[in-house]
Amino acid sequence: MSMTIIEKIFARKAGLDRVSAGETVVVDVDMTVLIDLQFATMWLQPLRIHDPDKLAIVMDHAVPAPTIKDAAGGPLARKFAAEFGIERFYDVGRHGICHQVIAENGLARPGEVLACTDSHTCAAGAYNTAARGLGPAEVFSIMCTGSTWFQVAPTIRYQLEGVKPDTVSGKDIFLQIANEYGDAANLNLEFGGPGLASIPMHDRRTIATQGAEISADFSTFEPDEVLASYLSDRGITGYDAAAADFDAVYQEVRRVDLAALEPYVARPGTVSRNGLPVSRIERQKIDQAFIGSCANGQLEDLEIAANILRGNTVATGVRLLVTPASQAVYREAMRLGYLQDIADAGAVITNSTCGACFGYHMGVVGPGEVCLTSSTRNFTGRMGSPDAEIYMASPATVAASALTGYITDARSVTA
Amino acid sequence: MTLAITGKVWVFGSDLNTDAMYPAFAMKMDPPEAAKHVFYEVRPGWTDEVSPGDIVVAGKNFGLGSSRPVAALFTELGVAGLVAEEFNSLFFRNAVNAGLPAMTLPEATTIFSEGDTGTFDLGSGAWRNDTSGASGSVPRLPELILDIISSGGVLPRLAAQGYLPAELGDLLRSSTVAIRGAGSGA
Repeated sequence: MSMTIIEKIFARKAGLDRVSAGETVVVDVDMTVLIDLQFATMWLQPLRIHDPDKLAIVMDHAVPAPTIKDAAGGPLARKFAAEFGIERFYDVGRHGICHQVIAENGLARPGEVLACTDSHTCAAGAYNTAARGLGPAEVFSIMCTGSTWFQVAPTIRYQLEGVKPDTVSGKDIFLQIANEYGDAANLNLEFGGPGLASIPMHDRRTIATQGAEISADFSTFEPDEVLASYLSDRGITGYDAAAADFDAVYQEVRRVDLAALEPYVARPGTVSRNGLPVSRIERQKIDQAFIGSCANGQLEDLEIAANILRGNTVATGVRLLVTPASQAVYREAMRLGYLQDIADAGAVITNSTCGACFGYHMGVVGPGEVCLTSSTRNFTGRMGSPDAEIYMASPATVAASALTGYITDARSVTA
Repeated sequence: MTLAITGKVWVFGSDLNTDAMYPAFAMKMDPPEAAKHVFYEVRPGWTDEVSPGDIVVAGKNFGLGSSRPVAALFTELGVAGLVAEEFNSLFFRNAVNAGLPAMTLPEATTIFSEGDTGTFDLGSGAWRNDTSGASGSVPRLPELILDIISSGGVLPRLAAQGYLPAELGDLLRSSTVAIRGAGSGA
């Protein structure tokens, strides 16, 4: 049938035999996720909604509320959830960054369509879900009607080959792709190939999440045994995954030799054509180091950080902030001792929130400061002052750099 | 709402992201105040110069970044429409859903200079630089998208369809109300 993963999911959900790039399709949405910001202004309660069982609410961006405006949204969310019988309501205490909560609770299912009011919703592409961020008005509309439209973009296929070295993370893979190929506006990204088996689920999610930073529409991974096992462990069953057809039509196929990759860093401003291997960067001093966000606040990210920080001390003059991606990740990282190691090294561990990643609360950067972040965006002004510089790298690189005070290849610290 | 707009154009460059148009600190403000921070770093003071009916012309990858309802801030400033050589699709959808006309015009920043008067008709795809005399056309958007724009965005449609109180229909055509009604994103 010559369809890519996204085209195949669209065809299913639009009730069509075939969908191809250039068409506009109307598709049913399987799960819609609202976030706290949606309620923090003048929320209008709808008269009716499509289906309360296909709706979730996640409190994440501004929790616990840093402003009165945000605090005023909480009761509106609670009232709405109660009146419409929305059981999937992840209120403060069982909250987390929406993309982590979506993953933990099986809201993103292979072969299905997921909409959410955050631009990093493409994260769920790691689970073979057609997921993308949509604006608040559109998500409100989908909540009411249960469907939306998409203009089907051409797809770029990343054909992964070889085996990923242990010292290379999903972040490093993404930064390298972004450096080599630049932006992908109005294009879908599809990841697959024999090398995929060497990329664990948390790294896949980092890569899928960051499709947003290169302006892509959807970024979707092909289903495999690693995904099936991940879902099975979480009791997620009864899905119908979508694989690309052997004769699927791509705008371009790009081959990536995973074995040749190394830890990478992006310079401030953009991730597109703006990076270099960590081993080659000049001595760059840092003021703030951050590990968190939907991209890199996962349990495995905290484990990597804890392994590097354990028994060491954060350099004088450096602030290391660590934000677990959800309350569940926080509790598990605490149980496993990761948070103890991280805090003992002199880091500040925050509650789970989008906070510092989007420069809203929990550690904004000041004028003239340099931040090295393992989060989602290094845009000017993103994490606070427009006169601060934001470099981006993996959790391992950020943890190693927090110890030395300048951007450091973790392989030189742990070797 | 009309699909045809004529106005003075302001020309911006490529890769303008949503943090440059709707920074996080402005998300703590009410929309009229937040709108004063559009391009706060890229072109300080621009929001005092732009007049109702003006049109923003930008280069490639316009609107990369977050789902924040930036289009509604443009409407708040009286901007009549957006033209870009290439839109980020989330940003484009936000414009459509706010009822803000948006046209993709390759070479837009070459065809138009700051201060020119431009005419753009989404209904036909035709565009004209009324100052230089240059003109042409782009492919027409699908009917479904034109319908949303001409309805004033998705929220007035929802009122018409009975999902929101019908008496809010006209009010929801105002972006100020629309942005507040649907809340914000990131």
